[in-house]
Amino acid sequence: MIKFIIKGLLRDKHRSRLPLIVVAIGVMLTVLMTTWITGVLGDSINLNAKLSTGHVKVITKAYRESMDQIPVDLSLTGTKALITELKKDYPSASWVERIQFGGLLDLPDENGETKSQGPFAGIAVDLFNPSSGEAERLNLNRILVNGRLPSASGEILVSHSFAEKLGISINDRVTFIGTTMYGGMTIVNFTVAGTIRYGITALDRGSVIMDISDARNALEMEDACNEILGFTDVEYYDDSKASELMESFNDSYASDNDQFAPVMIRLRDQNDLGGLIDMMSGVVGIVSFVFILVLSVVLWNAGLIGGLRRYGEVGLRLAMGEEKGHIYRSMIAESLAIGTAGSVIGIALGLSLSYLLQQKGLDFSSAMQNATMLMPGVFRTRITPEAWYIGFIPGIIATVLGTMLAGIGIYKRQTARLFKELQS
Amino acid sequence: MKNTIIYFIITSIVSPLFSQPSGKEILNLIDKNLAAGTRIMTAKMIISGARGSRTIEFKTWAEGEERAFTEYTNPPREKGTKMLKLEDKLWIFSPSTDRIIQITGQMLRQSVMGSDLSYEDMMEDPDLTSHYNASVIASDTVQGRDCWVLQLNAAGEGEAYEVRKIWVDRERFVPLREELFGKSGKLLKRTQLSEVTRIQGRWYPMKIVFKDMLKAGDGTQFIIETLRLDDPVPENIFSKASLK
Repeated sequence: MIKFIIKGLLRDKHRSRLPLIVVAIGVMLTVLMTTWITGVLGDSINLNAKLSTGHVKVITKAYRESMDQIPVDLSLTGTKALITELKKDYPSASWVERIQFGGLLDLPDENGETKSQGPFAGIAVDLFNPSSGEAERLNLNRILVNGRLPSASGEILVSHSFAEKLGISINDRVTFIGTTMYGGMTIVNFTVAGTIRYGITALDRGSVIMDISDARNALEMEDACNEILGFTDVEYYDDSKASELMESFNDSYASDNDQFAPVMIRLRDQNDLGGLIDMMSGVVGIVSFVFILVLSVVLWNAGLIGGLRRYGEVGLRLAMGEEKGHIYRSMIAESLAIGTAGSVIGIALGLSLSYLLQQKGLDFSSAMQNATMLMPGVFRTRITPEAWYIGFIPGIIATVLGTMLAGIGIYKRQTARLFKELQS
Repeated sequence: MKNTIIYFIITSIVSPLFSQPSGKEILNLIDKNLAAGTRIMTAKMIISGARGSRTIEFKTWAEGEERAFTEYTNPPREKGTKMLKLEDKLWIFSPSTDRIIQITGQMLRQSVMGSDLSYEDMMEDPDLTSHYNASVIASDTVQGRDCWVLQLNAAGEGEAYEVRKIWVDRERFVPLREELFGKSGKLLKRTQLSEVTRIQGRWYPMKIVFKDMLKAGDGTQFIIETLRLDDPVPENIFSKASLK
């Protein structure tokens, strides 16, 4: 029976060509949409994790309340011991200390007086210890525009457009003005070792990266930092793993009511990323549903057109005594074959295009000049295991559903009328 | 007799209303009391923050409201830091970096030495009459003293605070409390002035507590330890050369 149907489809191209093309295009778009949305959202989440949120983050309870202001005075203290404890209790995750801070960068003229100055957002990371993996995590070698990475105390990286705006050149001495952990004013000179470009406008506007030891000296933060970032053993954020880690850690500090007691938060609790994560989880279902709906309507119409063309054939089969149910089932079997073939073609096309976009990406950085959210400038697709089979869902369901709707007409035809039609 | 009693009752109620000075007159009387040709003072700021309190000691030379020079003397981390204000410009000298840095733009909104005072507050023109429309809105008692309550509404755009409420001692013409509001009507800062002392014929508040309502902590106490008014100040002190 199956062999008979497939032969029929291959020999009568009019019966299979249009539905096959429609299914293939629909499935291709489904795959492409899924990989695109997964890629863009996944990259944004991953970027946020590496630069700012970690998969989980340990901060003080007081810091959590006003985290958007990055208050260094509400930092964690005794962080050496805390890191040791985290490494012992959660050995599968990696833990790094970070200091996020703000301040003013001032470039002097030849008399040592202010030539230009501007506010910046600073990130202090463990740059000088290669085992920390921070330089790789922040992709510093790739985003370096001029100069080199800091190799000695007192050297910093400045975002390229910020350096251009202030007129800073490599090896220039600049002055950092800020506030220490104890509220005092701090004024410290640094040398600009290199300039960087993230391709993220929010960061490129004014950012500085320095080694955490320099930030500690400048901000009176010996054995302190405002954030400890934790990265689980998976590359992309896993909400269930992060939640498990957070609950376990917070349970152990539940009875500590001190405002400086540590507390763990997940990536989803920061930078409004919870919505993105939920969107990413639901995106496959939404895309499939939309394409099933659209394809069903298109294929229903295609089925109706096909039904009209095969009006005589169906009539003859009915006149010869073939059961209406049998004809209906055979047409559904045909659509199943078309749906499967169309899905395979669509998935192959969708994955090929997705692979191309995954490798090359699309550069939207110029359109995101005023973006305030941490979003990558180049958008890429991401081929996940789901992408290999997701296309079958709209491909097959829509084809079968379309045929089922179009085939209802078979049951409405009257035998007496059939004979009249055949006689004429 | 009856008419006389009624007359006395009415005049005793009404006459204080007629004797009440206008908002502008009260501001002028405050200026007359507080404004001196020069001021030389040693003072300290006790800053209460999330991690305890810090004390910063300094000496200030000021001439009118346009020129001021401050040298920080304690603690060691801040010692030697100098600040110069000339009209609407402000510079800081930091001995550890040997740099003279001009404070402009965004930095003006930052806190001075971690206190509840911003550089913008320091730079503010104290001549309130030319920037605000003042009116007396009530009477109140602060620190056991009868006060006028003045409401000052910004006369134009660009003022750091849209509305100010000032409690002014009716007898000494010294402000005893001030509340500063933003455009949204939110209370941004509160100031309490106390220990009002007679110095060279003027009434002067020797302790001021500033509280930035958007900041954690109990505020900043500004305590004047010594104050000399109208003493001569060497001209060269108000120059950038004196910063280094």
